[in-house]
Formats: sequence, C-alpha cells, structure tokens
Amino acid sequence: MAFVSRGFRGRRRGEARAGRVPPGQYVETDFPVLSAGPTPRTPLEAWTFTIEGEVDEPLTLTWDEFRALSSETITKDIHCVTKWSKLDTTWQGVSVDTLLEGVETAAEYAVAFCDGGYTTNLPLEDLTGGTAWVAYAYDGAPLDPEHGGPARLLVPHLYFWKSAKWVRGLRLLDHDEPGFWEGLGYHNRGDPWLEQRYAGD
Amino acid sequence: MTYVDGNAIAGLLREVFDEELTAAVSTCGTCGEVAVVAELRVYLRCPGAVVRCPRCGAVLVRIAEIRGLHVVDLGGLRDLARA
Amino acid sequence: MADVVDIVHETSRVRTILLDVPDWPGHHAGQHVDVRLTAEDGYQAQRSYSIASAPEDERVAITVEELADGEVSPYLVGELRVGDGLELRGPVGGWFVWDVSDGGPLLLVGGGSGVVPLRAMVRHRVAAASDVPVRLLVSSRTLDDAIYRAELDGLAARGDGLEVVHTLSREQPAGWTGRTGRIDRELLAEVAWPGTENPLAFVCGPTGLVEAVASGLVDLGYGAGRVKTERFGPTG
Repeated sequence: MAFVSRGFRGRRRGEARAGRVPPGQYVETDFPVLSAGPTPRTPLEAWTFTIEGEVDEPLTLTWDEFRALSSETITKDIHCVTKWSKLDTTWQGVSVDTLLEGVETAAEYAVAFCDGGYTTNLPLEDLTGGTAWVAYAYDGAPLDPEHGGPARLLVPHLYFWKSAKWVRGLRLLDHDEPGFWEGLGYHNRGDPWLEQRYAGD
Repeated sequence: MTYVDGNAIAGLLREVFDEELTAAVSTCGTCGEVAVVAELRVYLRCPGAVVRCPRCGAVLVRIAEIRGLHVVDLGGLRDLARA
Repeated sequence: MADVVDIVHETSRVRTILLDVPDWPGHHAGQHVDVRLTAEDGYQAQRSYSIASAPEDERVAITVEELADGEVSPYLVGELRVGDGLELRGPVGGWFVWDVSDGGPLLLVGGGSGVVPLRAMVRHRVAAASDVPVRLLVSSRTLDDAIYRAELDGLAARGDGLEVVHTLSREQPAGWTGRTGRIDRELLAEVAWPGTENPLAFVCGPTGLVEAVASGLVDLGYGAGRVKTERFGPTG
C-alpha cells in the first residue's frame, strides 16, 4: 500500500451529496482560480462577441447589444477536471440558444475563442437546448476578471475547462477541432458523469 | 491569477526529461526572446502546467498528466539548449 | 521517504522541519524539495519548499509558512509530528543556487518566506568559513514575522562580512529605528552593492516583489545574468 500521510485530509470541506457529485470528484466550498495565463483586461467599449464559421453571415455583438438580450439567472453545480466540484453556483447570463437565434448553420461542432488565446471545442449540441450560457455575473455581482469577467462561457454539464473564461465568440464548424487542452489529450466532450477527462475515455 | 517561474517545475521537468533543466536556455518561437527556464512564466494546475515567454507571453510549453503519463508539448519553443 | 526528527517553532505560523532523508545525495544552497501528501482515500497534494539547511548541516531542513487558505502548509505546520513520514522528491533546482566558489559580493533579497533559501546560502557561507561579502535584505510584515531573525542578526553581529537589513512593511514595534515599508527602489539603492562591483544577486519571494526588485537591480547596473530569481506563489 502506498504511503499515507498520517492525519492528512486536504482542503476538502464540503459535504458530498448523493447524486450530486460525479465519480472521482470532491466538493469544494471555495472557488479556486485556475488559469493558463495572465488575466486579460478588455475594456467594455472594445468587447465584442462574434459567431462565425459555418454561418451565412458572421454575427457580432457589442457589449451593450449583448446585455440588451434576454438573460437568465441559473443555479448549477460545476465540476473541474482537477477533481473539485462546487455545488449550487449562481450565474446570470445569456443563453447560447438566444445568441444563436436566427443563425442558420449545419455545423455540428464549435470552438469557443477567448482573449488571451485560449480555445476549447465541444459538440454544438452541448451548447444548445438550454444547457449553456455566456455568463456576465456570478453570485449576484459582475463576473470578476479572475473568474473570466467581463463574460465567460458557462457549460455546467461538462468539465469546467469547457466554460471558457474571457470568451469572445464561437466558431461553428462541420468538424471537431481540438482546443487548447484537447490538443494535449483532454477529452473533446468532457462529460463528468461519464468521467470523460482524457481523449479515449 | 499570478504566475511563478521555471523553478517551480524543476522537479516535474526532471521527472519528465530525467535531467535538471532550470538552467537550460530557451528561445521563444514567437518573439525570439532568450531566457533560462528558471525565468520563464509558469502557470500551474490549470489543469496542467503552462510555460510562457516572459517578454511576449506566448505559450512555450504545455505539460499535463494524463492517465499517469506526462504529456509534453514543446511546440512554442524555437530552441531549448542545455546549460 | 523522509522521517521528521525535529520541528522548530520559528514564528507563530512558521515551522522548520528537520528531516532524516535516507540516501540524501547532498544539496546546494538555494535548492528545494517537492513534498507530497497522500490522504487515506488516495487524494494527493504536492508543494515545493526551499531547503533551509546548508549542505554542511547535519540534517536536511525545510521551513514552511502556514497559509490561511493553504492545503499542504496547514498540515505541515499544524498536524505533522516528530516520527511522521514525509514523502519528498529532491533536491531540485540548478539555477537558483549559490556555492561559496561562485563568489560575490552577494546581495540576497527575500520577501516573507522568500528568506528560506537565502538562509541556506548564509549558513553555507558560515560553514565554509567564506569571507565573500554578503548583504541580506529581508522584508517582513512585522518583526514577529521575520523568520530566523535572531539567527541572522546574530550572524551579522560577528562582523565577518555579513550585513542584515530588515524592513517591516505592515507594522513596527515601538521604538523601531529600522526601515519600514516594502522594498522600493530607494531602499535598494541604499542597501544593494553598487553595480560597478559586479555583484551576484538572489531575489526570492512573492512574484510582485521579485519582479520589482529584479528590475530595480538591473536599473542599478546589475548584469542581467547576475540577478537570479525565484518566485513563490499559489501553486495549488
């Protein structure tokens, strides 16, 4: 048996609730900040959100146009591939369904692209049907830059690396194109309930 | 989120490459900046480790542990020379 | 796998842990070890800690500061006992190292627990009976937080070429006549060896402090390859 550090439990403080915590995860009460790079600081006047790729017309929204769209408040559990899960997180955002309203496409995949160069890919199906948002507020306050503000993609039913921080748009594609972590071996879809952490899972 | 530096991944690099690399000299594939690995900007647990150029911020190296194996992408480097 | 043989209380939140490490190959001042903790259910957490002991010291030592939101440090400071095992990998590090043969004059700048690897360098200088001139500048929040204060001030009092300067950034005791505030360009210019002496500098601490000091030293004429840095920060 591998060495066990007597008395060590780690930071895990949350209580696991049956059926709420996917396999291999533990409950975290803090909100860890994980980032692959420096926090971008795009002024709202310069911020745009673009839907491009396999579409008739690329669509670009300014911040004001984005915020004028109908938005929702949602409470969801989130699951990070580094094994922490945070239950009942509350966000405010525009549903991706709303953003895609009027967008004609035959695309089956999407890549979210972000300030700082981060990308993540996922099936378009995992962005629609009321399962994904572009979120601009967390816990009742404007989204902190450290957590992805002014706006991040929010796809709570997949591992949280898919909820791309500092998102600036979606590129719709007819093929799957691995993003920043997927290109290194992380899963193209990332369903925590199927423990799809790595390619081939 | 702030960064640390190449010293923080000295042990990881030694496990992967079986040699001490913090004094190795890297050349950024994007801007050509030359720096020792110890001076590169390192972001940890993001889920993997991301190493960036201290001058232009370009990603030089990505490392992740996948199913117990280290996966390393050195594609952002133009060169990495032992000390 | 190391065994904990002694724990020294340095400050209210800081402990030095002395270890018996089988097959320890020896180390250089400035290197660190990677410590890994494993819970009963297999959960693991790993952090790096600078070696606080000189290569000549009898025991390998690490010094750990308990961070309020830490995961590993609260265990090492609050729970670990003499006789416990500690899994570690090392020594590690080939850049941020100093041997007396590297010469000087030497400028050591540490912020908070950044003083740990610098203390190993100072102890090595003493053990090697070296006369390389050393100036150690340490920034701490309060006097009580200044790690190794008695030891370092005691060594400086020997007057054999080691000078120690403290600056207290948050709070000073009544009657304090020393420096206050964080390390800024003015304090650096006062304390650092002139660039014309071709000094060697080691800067260690939080990233913000290290960046500011390193660029300050380059502006004071230190050669870029003569300023070595180690940034501490949240790593878990």
